[in-house]
Amino acid sequence: MSEMSKTILIKPIFKENPIALQILGVCSALAVTTSLQVTLVMCIALTTVTAFSNLFISMLRNNMPGSIRIIIQMTVIASLVILVDQILKAYAYEISKQLSVFVGLIITNCIVMGRAEAFAMKNPPIPSFLDGIGNGLGYSLVLIIVGTLRELFGAGTLFGITILPTVANGGWYQPNGLMLLAPSAFFIIGFFIWILRERNVEQIEKNEFPMSAHTAEKGAH
Amino acid sequence: MSSNVNSVANTLKIALILCAICSVVISGAAVILKPMQTANQILDRNKNILIAAGMFDPAVNSNADVASMFERFNARIVDLDNGTFLSDEDAQRLGLDPLTYSESAAKNDPALSDALGGEDDVANIRRRVKYATVYTIDNADGSFESVVLPVSGYGLWGIMYGYLALEGDGNTVQGIGFYDHKETPGLGGEISNPRWQAQWPGKQIYGADSDVAFEVVKGGGTGESQVDALSGATLTSRGVENMIAFWLGERGFGRFLNNEVKG
Repeated sequence: MSEMSKTILIKPIFKENPIALQILGVCSALAVTTSLQVTLVMCIALTTVTAFSNLFISMLRNNMPGSIRIIIQMTVIASLVILVDQILKAYAYEISKQLSVFVGLIITNCIVMGRAEAFAMKNPPIPSFLDGIGNGLGYSLVLIIVGTLRELFGAGTLFGITILPTVANGGWYQPNGLMLLAPSAFFIIGFFIWILRERNVEQIEKNEFPMSAHTAEKGAH
Repeated sequence: MSSNVNSVANTLKIALILCAICSVVISGAAVILKPMQTANQILDRNKNILIAAGMFDPAVNSNADVASMFERFNARIVDLDNGTFLSDEDAQRLGLDPLTYSESAAKNDPALSDALGGEDDVANIRRRVKYATVYTIDNADGSFESVVLPVSGYGLWGIMYGYLALEGDGNTVQGIGFYDHKETPGLGGEISNPRWQAQWPGKQIYGADSDVAFEVVKGGGTGESQVDALSGATLTSRGVENMIAFWLGERGFGRFLNNEVKG
């Protein structure tokens, strides 16, 4: 693998993480992370969709009329998502029941559309495909961290296997109910972004609305 | 090149080709995968019926056991208003087949369901089907070993769907199972917890006056018609109680149990 494709693949994981830096795709990060197994399937589904939508859109990019560019992207993405949904229903029925509407909502996941528009429209198919996988992995990294913490501290299990026996099941661990509710994912993602930006200072955004200095003395009228 | 790509003719051409390809791929996938999806749905339903009847332990049994275990059950359609099994002629006339009849589809069909209003709608489900499929294990003498009823009721976030299994007396609970609900994980979602469901078997649905006496009560629930509520999930617990009150009452399976089961 050449140096460049490596960069394309690795960069979105920490340096340009779609959730942490671009704050895209947060909605599903809140919704599907209560159990690790469901999280993992969602990650695979999203990575597949992003990779292949990037590939196909990049292949089409030179023949794509500008006026219906977004519609073509949506059609490709929507078709892929329906395909993934159908396959899950046939081969992983239990999990597709738990993911319910969220597989369908990959269509509106900002990462897929964002990468198609920002990368696949300007680059050849193979790098675009790698970029899709890289961004899918970046998304997966955050989701798996959030999912691990939420399932472990919210239900005392990982992949449904008991790690911390809960009080309700005769153990000692009093589960943290907040972890099972969506806001906890916000906190965890917040901490993740904080740690990431402590290490990669260049990710810190410029203050868009600086407070002006106090003007009591000079400007008083 | 670029003016050519952006011409009206090319725009139409690309749009048409793309739509054709995408629709062929998707319809192809839907048609090819349909039999597996239907098989999954039926397997899932049958498994939930077995779980409600206390015959299937997810820790011991696997999906492969479902088909053989389910053979003991007979599926029959019940007319809720008359409280009787639907005769074969009537079922044919209405075009209902117990193997394919779906309550969720019938609920949206005005010919097969009624709107519920105000006080009648105890379980807050808005529409009630006129016919429901019940699953029975029959004894040789015409009585039943087990009767599994589909039940549904509004919890906190949405309608909870499950099966309630009764013994042949049409009164003693054999077990409960929920196969679809939207309750908060860890709080209301604990209705799926086998430890909570373990209180149900043996409870009596009807009291001495043959009205529904079953309650979900806070702090204990040791009475013969009581189960303990879920802590932190008052509305879900109330939803479960209302669900039982509705489906085992006059407008639910009450008449059917009186006519066909209690004998």
